[in-house]
Amino acid sequence: MKSKLSNEQVAERLQTQFGEHIKSVETPYDFLTIEVDAAKLYDIIFWLKTDSELQISFLTNLGGVHYPDSEGSEFAIVYHLQSMVNNFRLRLKAFVSKENTEVDSIVDIYAGANWMERETFDFYGITFNGHPDMRRILNEDSMDYFPMRKEYHLEDATREDKDDRFFGR
Amino acid sequence: MSNWMEEKLHDSGYVEKSTETIDGDIATLNLGPTHPATHGIFQNVLKVDGEKILSSEQTVGYIHRAFEKLAERRPYNQITPITDRLNYCSSPINNMGWEMTVEKLIGAEIPKRVEYMRVIIMELARIADHLVCNSVIGVDTGALTGFTYVFQEREKIYELYEEVCGARLTTNIGRIGGFERDFSPTFYKKLDNFLKTFPKVFNEFDSLLSRNRIFMDRTIGAGPISAQRALDYSFVGPNLRAAGVDYDVRVMNPYSSYEDFDFIVPVGTQGDTYDRFQVRQEEIRQSLRIIEQAYKNLPEGSYKADIPEFYLPPKEEVYNNMEALIYHFKIVMGETPIPAGEVYHSVEGGNGELGYYLISDGGRSPYRLQFRRPCFIYYQAYPEMITGQNISDAVLTLSSMNVIAGELDA
Repeated sequence: MKSKLSNEQVAERLQTQFGEHIKSVETPYDFLTIEVDAAKLYDIIFWLKTDSELQISFLTNLGGVHYPDSEGSEFAIVYHLQSMVNNFRLRLKAFVSKENTEVDSIVDIYAGANWMERETFDFYGITFNGHPDMRRILNEDSMDYFPMRKEYHLEDATREDKDDRFFGR
Repeated sequence: MSNWMEEKLHDSGYVEKSTETIDGDIATLNLGPTHPATHGIFQNVLKVDGEKILSSEQTVGYIHRAFEKLAERRPYNQITPITDRLNYCSSPINNMGWEMTVEKLIGAEIPKRVEYMRVIIMELARIADHLVCNSVIGVDTGALTGFTYVFQEREKIYELYEEVCGARLTTNIGRIGGFERDFSPTFYKKLDNFLKTFPKVFNEFDSLLSRNRIFMDRTIGAGPISAQRALDYSFVGPNLRAAGVDYDVRVMNPYSSYEDFDFIVPVGTQGDTYDRFQVRQEEIRQSLRIIEQAYKNLPEGSYKADIPEFYLPPKEEVYNNMEALIYHFKIVMGETPIPAGEVYHSVEGGNGELGYYLISDGGRSPYRLQFRRPCFIYYQAYPEMITGQNISDAVLTLSSMNVIAGELDA
């Protein structure tokens, strides 16, 4: 099924509506990716849902990414949204710094965001303001670190310094 | 509930300290973590007034295995076995979804034959997945016969997997770029046999439950959800379709040549257990149709794509051919250069849209890999669906949503 919206069309509408809050527009692998102001996320997602032309009213996925080397914008929050009517997909990204890992919760726009936000908190320590129940979800409550952050390495599969006869190295 | 556990639950704030006694008005009931009716390890703390459920508090994460973290240390080929363990009732769909994601990232061109072969395997997996779910709904209503009957057919599907990849449950089927070998003559023989016998068995199973008065009384109206709420909760797959939204990834964003096949996307109206059951029943029939079409029109050609830098060369070549040896070494050591970029790819899994969000920085393993796990997302609607219902309905709702612990907890 062909999409009824084009990437340019959606990007243009967002730019006229939100102007300077749209930071960059890219289309990797033909997937419209828009970086927005973290403070404006809630408004943009709400507007996308209620706009009668775009009707991007389905939250597909939500998650975090950690970029420890990019100072001032260490954490990305990535939203995959979708319009079932127009068969169009959109990726929204917002960056926050490690000092202030807070964004607005979108639970009152999409009920399904509840656990996805809790999972993002659990993995990266990104807190969502206005979330009804900001607790860990998959890991133990008493855990005192955020395991998906890049500073917690898994063992490097290419290391050679280890002498362990039981595992053949 | 033992004392220490009660204390722990109170301390963590999951359960309010209840002052009611057993013959009081409101009781606290633990459904799970290990309970025969949950078919997996997850807990529901129910507040019940007699049989009626007043509220429910969920705990998940009992079998969390940190797949997304693990994936950040593994070469691309070694991530396929991780995906097996998401929805283990239909592992081949997960495997192939992941392979297609990587193929999308590297821009590989896949032969038509591979796509059709994949369609056959994926639809077999869908049948196996839905058979388990639907027959278990029967078990939870007290009808064990259908379950034991169709499990014999599921066994045949597992034999077909075995013929293709050697494994049954956690299949690790296929490779990035296609299959490890072509379908064998035995596979075709077994597939013929399955296609011949399965419809009869399935129709008999259907006649046991579909219009069975007791079954209908138990399932109609149990655990309903409206289309609007289902969309709000990001429902996908059979559960969304049962609520009346005809969203199917195979039709909306066809992958692996699904646009070549003629099939119907069934929808329900009420979004209750009976509709979910019926939607899955019809999907099994449609999957059979797809398999028949793909089998009949299976194109000639290669069973693998021409991407030597990602697809392991045949072993005999490795010892005689320099290029093959180099590629073998590079693939096994995870030294193949891979483009940087980010892709999202989704397939219609047993439970609906199964997505892979992959960010590559050009390194030997993904920079970030996120699985969009349909179970995890729609299971959060469960308390809303069972509030005001009876405990026995809650059990049915749980099994008809097909919550698979592996996919729930990653």
